[in-house]
Amino acid sequence: MIRTPLRPLARILQARAAGENPDAIERENIRLRHEEMRDRSRDQAEGRLLMLGLFFFCAFSAVGARMGLIAVAQPSEPQLASNTGPTIPTDRADIVDRDGRILATNLATYSLYAQPQDMIDPIHVAKALVKIFPDLDQARLVKDFTGDRTFVWIKRTLSPEEMQEVHDIGDPGLLFGPREMRLYPNGHLAAHILGGATFGREGVDSAEIVGVAGIEKQYDGWLRDPANAGRPLRLTIDLRAQAAMREVLDAGMHLMNAKGAAAVLMEAKTGRIVAMTSLPDFDPNNRPVYNPKVKPGDSPLFNRAVQGLYELGSVFKIFDVGEALNLGLVTPKTMIDTKPFRIGGFLIHDFHNYGSKLSVADVIRESSNIGAARIAMMFGGDKQKPFLQSLGLLDPAPVELTAAAGVQPIYPKKWTDVSTTTIAYGHGISVSPLMLATGYASLVNGGMRVYPTLIETAHPRIGPRVVSEKTSAELRSLLRYVVTSGTAEYGRVKGYDVGGKTGTADKPDPQGGYYHDKVISTFASIFPASDPKYVLVTMLDEPTDTSGPVPRRTAGYTAVPVGGEIIRRVAPLLGLRPTIEPADQNAITLARN
Amino acid sequence: MTEMVYGTVRVKAGDPVLPRWWRTVDKWTVACVLLLFGLGLLLGLAASVPLATRNGFPPFHYVERQAVFGLVGMVAMFFCSLLTPDQVRRFGVLGFLFAFVALAFLPVFGSDFGKGAVRWYSLGFASVQPSEFVKPAYVILCAWLMAASQEINGPPGKTASFAVTVVVVGFLAMEPDFGQSALVIFAWGVMYFVAGAPTLILVGVAGLVSGGGVIAYDYSTHFAKRIDSFMSADLNPRTQVGYAINAIQEGGFWGVGVGQGQVKWQLPDAHTDFIIAVAAEEYGTLMVLFVLSLYTTIVVRSLTRLMRERDPFTRIAGTGLACIFGVQALVNVSVAVRLMPAKGMTLPFISYGGSSIIAAGITMGMLLALTRTRPQGDLGQVFKRGR
Repeated sequence: MIRTPLRPLARILQARAAGENPDAIERENIRLRHEEMRDRSRDQAEGRLLMLGLFFFCAFSAVGARMGLIAVAQPSEPQLASNTGPTIPTDRADIVDRDGRILATNLATYSLYAQPQDMIDPIHVAKALVKIFPDLDQARLVKDFTGDRTFVWIKRTLSPEEMQEVHDIGDPGLLFGPREMRLYPNGHLAAHILGGATFGREGVDSAEIVGVAGIEKQYDGWLRDPANAGRPLRLTIDLRAQAAMREVLDAGMHLMNAKGAAAVLMEAKTGRIVAMTSLPDFDPNNRPVYNPKVKPGDSPLFNRAVQGLYELGSVFKIFDVGEALNLGLVTPKTMIDTKPFRIGGFLIHDFHNYGSKLSVADVIRESSNIGAARIAMMFGGDKQKPFLQSLGLLDPAPVELTAAAGVQPIYPKKWTDVSTTTIAYGHGISVSPLMLATGYASLVNGGMRVYPTLIETAHPRIGPRVVSEKTSAELRSLLRYVVTSGTAEYGRVKGYDVGGKTGTADKPDPQGGYYHDKVISTFASIFPASDPKYVLVTMLDEPTDTSGPVPRRTAGYTAVPVGGEIIRRVAPLLGLRPTIEPADQNAITLARN
Repeated sequence: MTEMVYGTVRVKAGDPVLPRWWRTVDKWTVACVLLLFGLGLLLGLAASVPLATRNGFPPFHYVERQAVFGLVGMVAMFFCSLLTPDQVRRFGVLGFLFAFVALAFLPVFGSDFGKGAVRWYSLGFASVQPSEFVKPAYVILCAWLMAASQEINGPPGKTASFAVTVVVVGFLAMEPDFGQSALVIFAWGVMYFVAGAPTLILVGVAGLVSGGGVIAYDYSTHFAKRIDSFMSADLNPRTQVGYAINAIQEGGFWGVGVGQGQVKWQLPDAHTDFIIAVAAEEYGTLMVLFVLSLYTTIVVRSLTRLMRERDPFTRIAGTGLACIFGVQALVNVSVAVRLMPAKGMTLPFISYGGSSIIAAGITMGMLLALTRTRPQGDLGQVFKRGR
């Protein structure tokens, strides 16, 4: 045991010596020390109690001030905090055509959800809902409403009539949430360009609209960006031209018994796409779901104009001749040997025998494969490949659609002499109709490369030069020559001076070789040919014209009349004045006095 | 003659009880408490009507009950305030034993009244909430232990008081009642602080409390829900706090008028935890500010009077009682103005509740007893300040 020291030791020892009780002395000492300690601790506690008092005063003042602030604040309509935390931005910019006509906009509707714990008669509600919405499953609704769930989505969007009917059920467990939906007022029109949208994150008060394809997907961030302050996204599309093109193309596709069709109308000098259609199409308001049973190339979601890669055939001959003219190897009058020949064990021949020699102009007019191959052999593959590349025919088209980015043209890895000769007349290379339109526009507009675009900008990208002005002019007259007295005579449109080139290509058989009764027929046209404003590529997939005694598939009887009709309808809409041909003097009868 | 035969009449030592009480008690605090009690009845007239309607009683049923309980509480307060500090200590420690046993047997005999926490004993005509009585008794016990530890050769009272705190908090958390647990921990901290705690240890305790909060958040859904609803940036107007804030806005400075309030019909706890919202709506923010000033006066006056106190037990116990009283009021009002997460803490003397008002009466009575003016030993110490 530790002994407690005796304090104060001196006095205690004295007391012991005197025979007194030392305890009293020690108690006295302890009392004195307590007194001293109490004074000290009181001094310390005084400060600390002051701190506590201040703390309470400040805290009560703060609470009072807060109360006062709340009391003077303007009462605001309480907003139900959404389940998903921060509010979902729902403002999505409109998409308009070049003149500001609405292509896509938002519509305020309501969604329908249920809170089963507030429901009075779940079975009746389920029955009544199925009566209004036949696509709902009654058993499932009853299960949802009577189970443990406290929240059930029923419908994403409601029409006002449906909303009223649901309202008339009168059950407090059925609730409506405001909901913006994306609306495409023109239905099928420009479906592939716009793409479509769906709901992303969903809350009770709002839902996010997310673009799933086309411009909606490509410009999703821009359309949602609040910094754009509601400015619409302006496209180069002309709604009227688009409507006319779709109507004519749809009629033509059915008339020609084709399974698909595509058309691209492009401004020749800028690459702006004025109208672009792919058929069959879909309604972006009700975008079909991906169906794995349908071949991707036949799905209505497939954009033939942008995603479709086809061997387009003779329309390629203009690139071949254009290069030869540009290099100064030939003139339109140069005579070309058109006797069939073999190259690398491959026989080059024509549909008809055009005689032993044709001029360059006639090679284009008659569409001679042999002539085109002979011309290509003059400059060879080393020059052909970079030339086609400069026209944008060997790279994905830089158009602003998500679908376009991965579409790489198909051409042989090893560019042999055989490749050179077949590519000269459009075989062995697969490009999209949009790429073809780009190539034509670049050749005929005076020789400046253009880039296809859907977004209206003040200064579209142009250049560099691909062929000389002179070559461009020669090509224009060659194309005009084809329409006036060649394979595209059905493409003549009075007053619009159409030029163009046809292409009829047998479709490759996936088993190997080519089909003999399935073709891709294409009409690449320019108008007016003297100073082209527009390039139109019209393509029909597997057309057969059965109006004559024998089925005809060549472009001159299928794609060309359709393309001509499109021009006839579209050109006046675009403000092109028909050239007035001088009136026949004899038509005027002078009245005699 | 009589004197010569029987000797002189014995003069009683000291003054008569009541005059001395009146002379030494803190009259300001007494006045504030009586005002609070009166205001409590007045607000009860507004706030408890919906509850009575719901339960099928006459409209002012709960006001009558509250008046009865309140009178019991006032009497308890008066008698407690007559005690000397030594008597306070004795009764307090004995009371703690009873209250603690009652608390400990809650899980066995208690009732939760469908509120998710076992906090009450149901007596049929009334219910008792032991935790309300544990708090003041606990403060007295801890103050005694801490004061004893300051004696030379005294027991290790601070450690003992900490152990008591841990046990009490454990039982409170089991109910679960995290609000009262926090209150007990706070009381201990304040007493330890005034008893001369080293700053280093105070910092350590603060860390422990926040750590415990984190653990409670992780393991108790009841606790986590309340914290989450507080932390979320958006105020959900369909929560109690949402209604309370709306009521305060509706009331403005002058209130919508007696009996005109709506919030009492929407809040299940309008007569207890959110009575201040009812007051703000019907009588306006000025009324609330007046109530707050009453609480502030009680707390600040008590603490100032304790500053002069030389006896460690009196000082520590008084501080603890004043602080739990003040903090309870502070937390209750802070919840209504959304400065704190919802805690389920009553407003002393104003909220409806028999246990609450009687326990508040006892607390206040003991505080009044401890803050009575009494001679402070060596007069030289008092004059030393003026030097």
